[in-house]
Parts: sequence; C-alpha cells; structure tokens
Amino acid sequence: MRTENSNAPILEVRGLKVAYGGIQAVKGIDLTLRKGELVSLIGANGAGKTTTLNTLAGVVPHSGGEILYAGQEIGKLPSHLRLRKGLALVPEGRGIFTRLTVAENLQTGAYTRRDTDGIAADMEKVFALLPRVKERLNQVAGTLSGGEQQMVAIGRALLSRPQVLLLDEPSMGLAPLVVEKIFEVIHSITREGMGVLLVEQNANLALEVSERAYVMEGGRVTLEGTGKALLDDPKVRSAYLGEDIAELAAA
Amino acid sequence: MTTTSSALPLPASFAFDRRVQRPLVILLALAAPLIALAMGKSWVRVLDFALLYVLLAIGLNLVVGFAGLLDLGYIAFYAVGAYTWAFLASPHFGIHLPFWIVLPLGAAFAALAGIALGFPTLRLRGDYLAIVTLGFGEIIRIFMNNLNQPINITNGPQGIDSIDPLTIAGLDLSRDLDLFGFQISSLLLYYYAFLACVVFAIILVRRLQISRIGRAWAAIRDDELAAKAIGIDTRMMKLLAFALGATFGGVSGGLFAAFQGFVSPESFSLMESIVVLTMIVLGGMGNLAGVIVGAIMLTALPELLRHFAVPMQMALFGKTLLDPEVLRMLLLSLAMIVMMLVRPAGLLPARTRYAHRDRRNA
Repeated sequence: MRTENSNAPILEVRGLKVAYGGIQAVKGIDLTLRKGELVSLIGANGAGKTTTLNTLAGVVPHSGGEILYAGQEIGKLPSHLRLRKGLALVPEGRGIFTRLTVAENLQTGAYTRRDTDGIAADMEKVFALLPRVKERLNQVAGTLSGGEQQMVAIGRALLSRPQVLLLDEPSMGLAPLVVEKIFEVIHSITREGMGVLLVEQNANLALEVSERAYVMEGGRVTLEGTGKALLDDPKVRSAYLGEDIAELAAA
Repeated sequence: MTTTSSALPLPASFAFDRRVQRPLVILLALAAPLIALAMGKSWVRVLDFALLYVLLAIGLNLVVGFAGLLDLGYIAFYAVGAYTWAFLASPHFGIHLPFWIVLPLGAAFAALAGIALGFPTLRLRGDYLAIVTLGFGEIIRIFMNNLNQPINITNGPQGIDSIDPLTIAGLDLSRDLDLFGFQISSLLLYYYAFLACVVFAIILVRRLQISRIGRAWAAIRDDELAAKAIGIDTRMMKLLAFALGATFGGVSGGLFAAFQGFVSPESFSLMESIVVLTMIVLGGMGNLAGVIVGAIMLTALPELLRHFAVPMQMALFGKTLLDPEVLRMLLLSLAMIVMMLVRPAGLLPARTRYAHRDRRNA
C-alpha cells in the first residue's frame, strides 16, 4: 500500500504504440510521471520522442496501449479535452502565434478557461516566473529572440493551469546561456508541483537536471533510470554524450 | 511569414476619417441603383448580381480568409441553395412555399453539404484540401446535370424555369411597384432586398470575427498545432467554418434562383468558384471591406467590357479583334499577376488579420 497519495503517478503510459501509415514510430513504450517530477526523454533523431509527446497530448492518434492520466484512460480523448484535464503541450519549435503580441499569446493560453480572476492571478504568477516576458508584453511575438519566444510558449501553456507539462525540445536553437535560464524556469515549475515530461536532444543537460530519464532508440525505450545513473552509464556516454568508449577504457 | 504591409501605400482616398467614410459608404450603397438606373436598367441588374456575389464572397472569405481552408468548390453551396429554391418554389414539382421557409431550408441544406464536405477533409490542408473541394464542386454540378433520369429530379441540363420570385409580405419583387403614381422598378426592389441581406451578413460576420470562434479560426489558420496546444477543438471549428461559409452560399443561391427565375447546372461551373475566390484574393483576403470591393469590381468588369470593348475596338481597328469574354479572362489574369507583384495582400489588405486587436485599438 502506498502511504503517500501524491506519490501516485499523474501520468502513466503502458505499451504505447504509434504508427504513421504502415510505419511504426513508437513500438510499445512504458512511462510514468509523478507530480513535481522532472522526467526527460532523450535519444537520437527519429527515435520517436516527439511522436510520443504529441501522442500524449492527443495531437497524434495512438494505435495501441494505454495512456492513464490521474488513473483515468484518456487515450481516446481529443487534444482540447486533454488540455482541459490538465495536460499541456509546448510543441516543438515553440508554436506561438508570431503576429500576436506577447500579451495576446499568453491570453490564448487561457482559451479553455472562463474564470477571469483566476486567469489574472495566473498571469501574475507567470510574470513572476518569467520576468523577461513581462518586459516584452506589448511586443509582437515574432520579433522576440528565440529564448524569449520559448518563454512565451511555456508561459502560455502555464495559463491553462496544467498538472502535467509536455515540453518538446525547449533548448532547440538557443544559446547555452539562454538554455540554462529556460532550465531554471522548468525547475521552478516542478517545484510548484507540476509534472514535467521533457524531450531533449541536449542529453547532457537533460540528464543533469532530471530526476529520471528514458532513453529512446528506434521507437523503443532501451534504458531508463535516474538522471545521475544514466549520466554515468558508459553506453549513454558513448551514444549521446559524444565520448569514445575506447578513450574511456584507456583512461 | 507573410508580410501584411504592402509595397504600395494606400491611395489617400482610402485613408478617409472613419466618421466620413461610413456615412459615405451607406449613402453610396443606397444611391447606387438610382445612379445606375439613369444609365439604363441593365446596370441595375448588374448591381443586383454584384450583391449576390458580395454575399458569396463574404461566405467564402469566412472559410478561406478567416479559417485558412482553401475551398475551390464553393459554388456547390450556391447551387444547393438555388436548387432548393427551384424545387420548393416552382411549377417543376408544383410546390410553392414562401421565401421564409425556402430560404432557411436552402441555407440549412447548404450547411449540411458544407459539413459533408468538411468531415472527410478534416485532416487535409492546403493543396490537398483544394483538390478535394474542387472535386466536390464538380460532383454537385454533375449531379444536377444528370439527375433527370431514371426519375426526373433536376430536369438535367435544361434546368428549371418559371421559378417563383421573391415575395415579401404579399409584395412580388419581380413586378414594378406602383407607389403613389411612381413606378419603382422590380430591379430596384430586388436591389434593396439583397442589400438588406448583405448588411445583415456583414454585421453577423463582424461579430463572428471578434468572437471566440473567430479567434479560434485565426489560430487554426496561423498554426494548427499551436491551436490544438491551447485547447481549441480544431475539428469542430473547421466544420463550423465550412457549415457557416456554406450557409451564405446557400442563401445567395436561393436569392439567385428567385431573381433569375431560372436555374441550370451551367451557372455552377468550376469557373464560378474560381471567380469568387479571385474576388477575395483581389480585394484582400480576410478583410471584409476588401472582399466586398473585390466582388463588386469583378462583377462590373465583364459588363463594362461588354459595353465598351467592342465599340472601342471598332473605332480603333475597324473590327473586333478580341471578344469581350476573352478580354475578360485576359484582364483578370493580368490583374492577378500585377496584384501578386505589387499588392500581394489585396487591394484593401487585412490590417493585422486579427480583428479583435483592430477593435481594441480603434
């Protein structure tokens, strides 16, 4: 028996399969995510990381397996209903509305909500978390730097008041310093009690900050463990961190 | 990203103060048929048709300009509306229902046709969607053309004639009205009836554009994945765009049947769909005023050519070198090319393409 209820997984995936036409992109994977936990999904290009995330958000349909959110099967729900339940996606390449201002972009995040006071309160929370976004409120989002756009995308997702945040490659195309800032923000989000599932190519960074991680390869999870353990794993080091095994052996 | 600012600045006349602009437009809309009447009855007829095209353009703009779904078979909904009127208010089946039943029914059938088209195409975008909608338009036309056997439903290529005119509260709009000794032409009566429909449509679409629905469409048009990510029911919203757009087509079609008194499949060719789309592109996609200007211009163009091209060529060369119909296509194509080069967003481009911001900052 579990002693702490908050320790039950908020998101549980069992045997998830996704196919595009006849091609199996995800071949049956298991994942769990708890509240307040930062879990990352790492792997090479084409391993099925983004597909997995999009499937969890309901943007891509799955062909097998179960997606349990707070114990309920949500695999058949369309994306907008999953968002209402508290599962928010920050899509790859940010997906903000480039011709809207920052403030308007944030407001679109609250599209599903009608509690004006609650939205205003959450807006303040987002400003506290992302002071840079507040400075740029009236600027057209397309004119922001990549890092600022990413922050707007995260802020927008937070305005739907999610329990689980699905983040797709937030570091894409950003300078190392900016990436660090983004990861600080992600860390604060988990401290608020949200579960964050992070897809990253920057394996080193992802493993350093994550409590747990899954390594995907060709549509399957080939390794899983705590971020620290995977960081020390020679297989991971050689495949994703650019270190040569021969070099390691010689050392 | 497309730039909405265009290479050419707007001519000064467009930059009128809003307070001057609005009464001027209203006055022009009310006085136009009287001016046209002075030039000859056929010009009033042209204006009547222009208003029907304005309705069509407003409807198609909803689908293409607002929601970003390229529809090349839009005229099919016009056909559905027209044939609904022809079936339910003509000697063809011997049914003569009043307009307040036939017109909403035509709109409803058109909306259903819109959903029927929208449902299988939910996952298509851009070119693929264009191809399917193009096919859909042709299917409807071919049905109308061939449904005269085994049971005669549409009367085939001969079409249906002697269709009942629009009769509002006992007033038959196809007859000249005798008012205190003044003769008011039937064409004028139709003009004001159509104008009322257009005004209603404009008010409706303006409200729609700044509503949650309008904003959801804009989001889908700009980035469908992002639209899903913020919780928009994209399936529902796309179907709604198709259905509402089709409704306008259906109403316009019904009015067309009543006005013309005759419908045949010929009126609903692919070319008509393309002409309506051209009106939107030329006028300024996504901008209501632009779309209306485009529709009026492109309805008037062939008529102007018919009137002036032949006499001018006769005077210049002594014979007709270019048939007005050929000249019309030539000028239309030329106009499109020039537009794409100098004003890619249309004559009256949508300012920001996000209407809710226009309103707040106005």
